[in-house]
Amino acid sequence: MALLDVIDLVVEFPTRRGTLRALDGISFSIEPGEILGVVGESGAGKSLTGSAIIGLLEPPGRVASGQIQFEGSRIDRLSPAQMRPIRGRQIGAIFQDPLTTLDPLMSVGRQLVETMQTHLKLSDRDARARAVQWLEEVGIPAAAERVEAYPHQFSGGMRQRVVIALALCAEPKLVIADEPTTALDVSIQSQIISLLKRLTESHGTSVMLVTHDMGVIAETCDRVAVMYAGRIAEIGPVADVVRTPSHPYTEGLMGSIPSLEARVERLRQIDGAMPRLGAIPQGCAFNPRCGRTIARCFTHRPDLMPAGATQAACWLVGGGAA
Amino acid sequence: MLRRFLDSDFAYAFRRSPVAVISTLVVVVVVLAALLAPYLAPHNPFDLASLDLMDSLKPPVFSADGDSAFPLGTDDQGRDVLSTIMYGTRISLEVAVLAIGFSLVVGISIGLLAGYAGGAVDAVLMRIVDVQLTFPAILIALLVDGVVRALLPREMQEALEIDVIVFAIGISRWPQFARTVRGSTLIERGRDYVMAARVIGISSARIMISHILPNVLGPVLVIATLNLGLAILDEATLSFLGVGLPPTEPSLGTLIRIGNNFLFSGEWWITIFPGLTLAAMVLSINLLGDWLRDALNPRLR
Repeated sequence: MALLDVIDLVVEFPTRRGTLRALDGISFSIEPGEILGVVGESGAGKSLTGSAIIGLLEPPGRVASGQIQFEGSRIDRLSPAQMRPIRGRQIGAIFQDPLTTLDPLMSVGRQLVETMQTHLKLSDRDARARAVQWLEEVGIPAAAERVEAYPHQFSGGMRQRVVIALALCAEPKLVIADEPTTALDVSIQSQIISLLKRLTESHGTSVMLVTHDMGVIAETCDRVAVMYAGRIAEIGPVADVVRTPSHPYTEGLMGSIPSLEARVERLRQIDGAMPRLGAIPQGCAFNPRCGRTIARCFTHRPDLMPAGATQAACWLVGGGAA
Repeated sequence: MLRRFLDSDFAYAFRRSPVAVISTLVVVVVVLAALLAPYLAPHNPFDLASLDLMDSLKPPVFSADGDSAFPLGTDDQGRDVLSTIMYGTRISLEVAVLAIGFSLVVGISIGLLAGYAGGAVDAVLMRIVDVQLTFPAILIALLVDGVVRALLPREMQEALEIDVIVFAIGISRWPQFARTVRGSTLIERGRDYVMAARVIGISSARIMISHILPNVLGPVLVIATLNLGLAILDEATLSFLGVGLPPTEPSLGTLIRIGNNFLFSGEWWITIFPGLTLAAMVLSINLLGDWLRDALNPRLR
């Protein structure tokens, strides 16, 4: 059984000028121990998917239809009180900016202790000992001394390590990592990603890794979901999606990555920009930017269809041309 | 710990500001004199047996017929003015500190709740604040003082004298704290660390108390300092108007009111010295509060 099942999820924002569909029928699942990458442009709905899963959509955003199932039971209709034991304990989260995710006036040790004691029955002493262990595990030197230190006494990379420890210390089964390296120095990014991968592997934690960075996805993930304008454009095993993309959008994304092997004069780019939520064209949302449109692309919206080892939402793969 | 404090930017800014240093000195001297009144005061003005009417209305020691036993002269009952000031300051400070403490507790709780809960709770609480802020604080204090006194049974009035005035002044000053705390809470609530705490599954009450409260306390403490001076004045005003503390337990305000009767018959010292003490104390506290506000405001550095 999958750990997390998202079934036909629709998230809407009611506004003065009508209702905006920010997520439009998203379906995917995450298996125990699996790392699922989620890529896409800004505004494609990557982070929103994460917020919806953990039940923290900012009002007026709401789950309009569809289901989110965790270990087989629905978690999208739970009250805040029912959701609280799931957050942190079952599903953890890591945010983009480690500089602001830690309470500036509380020592990192106390933040760890607080988190663990919220979910696990631990005495003060045990919790403290575990806090030091966790700091060691995420690679903070002299953890026993630094457990008393405050966030401002750590560098950005070190803080993100602390944030990872915080997300994992209550031993959740799933971690949602929302662009965990975007705010960090490039040289630190790969360290943090490999730390995340190593720790989640050793604890058997599943990860939903939201990022812009295809390189990170290729190195880290088992499967990847490519999002575009609130829908999943393509989803499948990482190697297949990267090597033989089926959706023209994925192809475009891959073409924009510099490679060491193939020397090209100029990286390809996808012309245009993603449509605003209120102005998504009829048919396939990608049709204004797609170089290989057929008539059907302008009239009917494609759903995910099997395309080799992956699934893609494109008429070209689903026999729509026929 | 102490060394680190002395080495901080804050301590440096403090040493560089003559206003801050002098105000602090004045406050420290006045507070010490008040707290240690039973040990330092030359006389005990509440010990009726020690009073001698022969000593009444003596001028200060520096005038021609002053008495060295009474450095600032005596009042009509023969009480030493210096001693009554020391004891009076004690009562004034006690009332003001308790009143602000009470105000802080009420204001911070309501501000946190309004800011964190938002929506209807916020709207209702903040409208109450708005309504109360349209009245001058002293008017509210007068009103509350009058109503509470009228409601209390006669035999309890004397025992609860101080509590009533603390309540009256405290109630008149909480909206400012509530408003400040609400504003800061709104800002902090949007920060990632609060979101992270929610994601971790920490309860709202706990987030408010252990995460947001410490982060909003700075500006509130500055306002509390400024309000402390105002609360001392409130109490003095109420006592001056005769609805505050009785002459058996004279605060600075009571002393000024009593002394006022003698001003035109030439016994100026009975009212001038308590007045000067009050002015010096309130001015110093306010200057200190102002300085604190500037020193803690990163934009003015």
